[in-house]
Amino acid sequence: MAKSKPRVKVPKKAKAGEVITIKTLISHTMESGQRKGKDGKPIPRKIINTFTCEFNGQKVFETNLEPAISANPYFEFNMKVPESGTFVFTWVDDDGSVYTKEEEISVE
Amino acid sequence: MAFTTTVKRSVVGGVALALAGLGISASLAQDEESGRTNLPSIEGEKLLTRLKSPQGHPLKWVVSGFEFRTRDTQALQLDDFSNPAFLWVERGEEAWSTAEGEAGKSCESCHGDVEDSMKGVRAKMPKWSTDKNRPMPLEDKINQCRKERMGAEPWKWESDQMLGMTALIGLQSRGMPVNVNLEAGDMMAWWERGQKLYYTRMGQLDLACANCHEDNNGKYIRADLLSQGQTNGFPTYRLKWQKLGSLHRRFKGCMDQVRAKAYKRGSDEFVALEVYTAWRGSGLSVETPAVRQ
Amino acid sequence: MELTRREALLVAAGGAVAVMAGAIGLPAFAAEGEAQKLIDEFTGGATPESGKISLSAPEIAENGNTVPVGFEIDSPMTADDHIETVMLLAPANPRPGVATFHFTALSGKAAASTRMRLAKTQDLVAVAKTSKGAFYMDTKPVKVTIGGCGG
Repeated sequence: MAKSKPRVKVPKKAKAGEVITIKTLISHTMESGQRKGKDGKPIPRKIINTFTCEFNGQKVFETNLEPAISANPYFEFNMKVPESGTFVFTWVDDDGSVYTKEEEISVE
Repeated sequence: MAFTTTVKRSVVGGVALALAGLGISASLAQDEESGRTNLPSIEGEKLLTRLKSPQGHPLKWVVSGFEFRTRDTQALQLDDFSNPAFLWVERGEEAWSTAEGEAGKSCESCHGDVEDSMKGVRAKMPKWSTDKNRPMPLEDKINQCRKERMGAEPWKWESDQMLGMTALIGLQSRGMPVNVNLEAGDMMAWWERGQKLYYTRMGQLDLACANCHEDNNGKYIRADLLSQGQTNGFPTYRLKWQKLGSLHRRFKGCMDQVRAKAYKRGSDEFVALEVYTAWRGSGLSVETPAVRQ
Repeated sequence: MELTRREALLVAAGGAVAVMAGAIGLPAFAAEGEAQKLIDEFTGGATPESGKISLSAPEIAENGNTVPVGFEIDSPMTADDHIETVMLLAPANPRPGVATFHFTALSGKAAASTRMRLAKTQDLVAVAKTSKGAFYMDTKPVKVTIGGCGG
C-alpha cells in the first residue's frame, strides 16, 4: 500500500499495577531483499526494522525486525500500567520513514 | 449421514503424512440432525459455515472455506484486530468519506452512513443491472459510481483502494446469507454460462473446477486440503498472498495452477463464474473479509 | 516471499526427511552454522539453560508466509530481575534472524507474539537474556506444508 498505516489496540482503562495486553499491526509489504522482480533483478530490501512502545517517555518494549517477519507486522505484548498516561508507538522503515500512533490510558 | 463421513480424507504424498493428525476435522464433527451448536462467531455475530444443500444442488453439504482451515488460520479471522484485512477496511472507511472527481462527491455524499446503506449489498452480489444488461460484481458497481456519479477515475480491480472498498462494503453484510437473485433479467443465462465453465476441463492438467472442488473437496492435493471453492469470504486475506485479494484473483490463481490461460479479472467469463459459484454457496454467511491459507 | 518451484521441492523433501528423522529418533535439534554463531554472540559463549522459557507455534503451518509464533518466560519482571532481551531464530531460513525483543520492568510480563516467515520445516529457537546475565533457550519444531494449490 502507498503509505503504511498502523492499528493499535490498548484498553482505555486499567487498575494501577494491572498487566494489560497491547496489540499492534501496520500495513507494510516487508520486502525481504531476497526476491527477484520480473526483470530478473533483485528487489531491494524494504522492511520496518524497528518497533518501539513508550509510555510517558519511558521505553516499555522494543523489537528489531528482520525480513523474516511477515508482511503487515503484528506484535502482541504486555505492560504493567503504573499510572494514567500516553503511549507512543513508533515504526521505523528502511527508507527512513517513521510512523507513529498515540493512545491514552486512564488508571482508576 | 454425518458430515464427517461425507468429507473423505485421503492423504497423498510424503509431507502430507505429517498432516494426518491435524485437527481440521474436529470443527466439522457435529451432529447433522441437532444442528451445529458451536458456530464460529466474530464480535458476537454467528457465522453459518455449513448447511445442508437444497434439493437439486450438486453438493450434499455447502461448506465454507473456513471449515477447511486450521485453528490457527481460523483464529486470525475470528478476531477483527488479528485479521490483517482490517488494514484495508480502514482505508476503505477513509475513502468512503473522501470527495473525489469532477462532481466533488464522496460515496457518503449520496449513500450516507456505510453501515446503513451498504448492509446486505455484498450478500446479493453479483446483481443484475438493467442499465448495463449484465450482472455486476461489486467492483463494477463501485467503478460505475466513480465514473458516472463522481466523475472520478475508476479504480483498478486489484488495487488497494478497490480492495479496501469491497472489504468495507462486504463487511456490512457479514453474517448475512449469500443470496443471489437469479430471477432478475437474464441472470439464468449467465448462471448457465458459469455452470458450463465450472464443469469444463482446461489447461495442461485438464482439470475443471468441479474435479477439485466438487469431486474431491476434503481431500488433500499433495499437502493442501481442497475446499469447495466457496466465494463467501472474498475479498479474502490469504496468507500466501500476504495481502487482501479479490475473488477473480483467486479464479486466475486456480487457472494458472491447472496451467490454463487465465481469463482477465472482470471478464464476462469470470463474472459468469462468480454468478454460478455465488449460487453454489447460497445460504452460507458472508465472511468478508475472511482469512484463508 | 513466495517460494519458487525448486525451493518448494526442497522443502517437500526436507519435510519428508524431518518425518523420517522423528520416526527413527534422531536428535530433534542441532542449530545450523549461522544460527549457532548468532546464539554464541548473544550469550557470549555461555550455554543457555532450558526451562523457564516456552516457545509456541503451530505444529503445522498452513502457509510459510504467515506463521504465528509467541513466547513466554517465567520472570518476576522487577527492576533488578527481569528479562532484557529475547532473540528469535529460524535456523533453516535463508537468513536465520527473525527478531530481537527488548523488555523492561514496565513490561510486567516477558511475553510477546508475532507472525513470521518460514522457508521450510525446521526447529525455531528462542534465547532469552535476564538482567542478571542468565540465558534460557527453547526450541519448537514447525512443519511447513508446501504443495498442491496452497504452496
